[in-house]
Amino acid sequence: MKYIDTHAHMTSRTTDDYQQMALTGCLALADPAFWAGYDHVSAAVFADYFERLTDFEPKRAARYGIAYYTWLCLNPKEAEDRTLAAQVLPMIPAYLDRPNVLGIGEIGLNRVTRNELATFSEQVDLAIRYGQMILVHTPHLEDKYKGTRLILDALAADGRANPGRVMIDHVEEHTIGPVLNAGYWAGITLYPMTKTSHARAVDMIEIYGTERICVSGACDWGPSDPIAIPKFALEMRRRGHAEEVIEQVVYRNPIEFLGQCSKFQVPGARIGAGVA
Amino acid sequence: MAPLASACLLTQQQLVDAFFMEHRAQILDLAAYLDRLDRSADRSGEDDFRLVALRRAMQVLCSEEPGRVERILMILSDPVVEPMDSRDRQNAFGAFGGSPREAQS
Repeated sequence: MKYIDTHAHMTSRTTDDYQQMALTGCLALADPAFWAGYDHVSAAVFADYFERLTDFEPKRAARYGIAYYTWLCLNPKEAEDRTLAAQVLPMIPAYLDRPNVLGIGEIGLNRVTRNELATFSEQVDLAIRYGQMILVHTPHLEDKYKGTRLILDALAADGRANPGRVMIDHVEEHTIGPVLNAGYWAGITLYPMTKTSHARAVDMIEIYGTERICVSGACDWGPSDPIAIPKFALEMRRRGHAEEVIEQVVYRNPIEFLGQCSKFQVPGARIGAGVA
Repeated sequence: MAPLASACLLTQQQLVDAFFMEHRAQILDLAAYLDRLDRSADRSGEDDFRLVALRRAMQVLCSEEPGRVERILMILSDPVVEPMDSRDRQNAFGAFGGSPREAQS
């Protein structure tokens, strides 16, 4: 089986994880700009982080035949700090032409504050001004419902982003409907303790279909699984789904979404001319 | 590819045969957690908002109506669709109504 993980924080993972992903069929992945687990004390470290995402990490992945892509931003976990945002956001355009940068992400909300919303709107504006695709993080747990609604409201009020070039990530049963109905791509995250189990992810595929939906493992420094996607595929097989349907979700859909960025290439795939 | 029908592809009997055991284990784990709470040294968490939400969620489990996951998620969600004036803490608790002490997630 071949697959693409649309959300994997590999800077938090070991090289052994790249090996596991390659052995289970991962051909490409996308690593959105993340939170270090603590708030940074200086904007200067972001230059170092963006270098890692655009230079060092793609080389580490390439040793295992995995095409490594990234999204750049100030993560929602630090979006409350408006001073930091004012320093970091102007740094981003210098990296947007790097060959593995897909767009702006994962932007969004964390605890759902006015400052986080202001930073979110500024990052949407940055993406629009530079013609970038957008990856949106929706908040965790009890904050997800209201955060997702406010994100959808903010995007609608701005009105400039093409929903087909935006993925709203970490959807669950109470948020996937509004995301799809508004024309966005929906990301389901296989992170059982705080997001979605493999079984619930399959339920959502059965209920909403395969169109504009991707699944990812979102592995990071927390309790997560770099090979969550092949386990999701196994769950789909146990539930009676054909290999063609599984491939649509874990391989063809990521190519359809990420392939809207001309830089996105997968070994063996013909992007934009039907998926090989 | 055409959207899937919303029905599960497996028959109800196939779902029972293939998945009963793992859900049997899960409900026993939940029951044991409730017993463990009863056996704890004191009852200091009895009114904790997370346990209150868990008890409300368990009532939904016994409901005959479909859409149980979504209803439970809404029980666990902050219903106020307004941004906060400033961030109170970094992490969420998993249920709405928490006081600003260390989060578990």
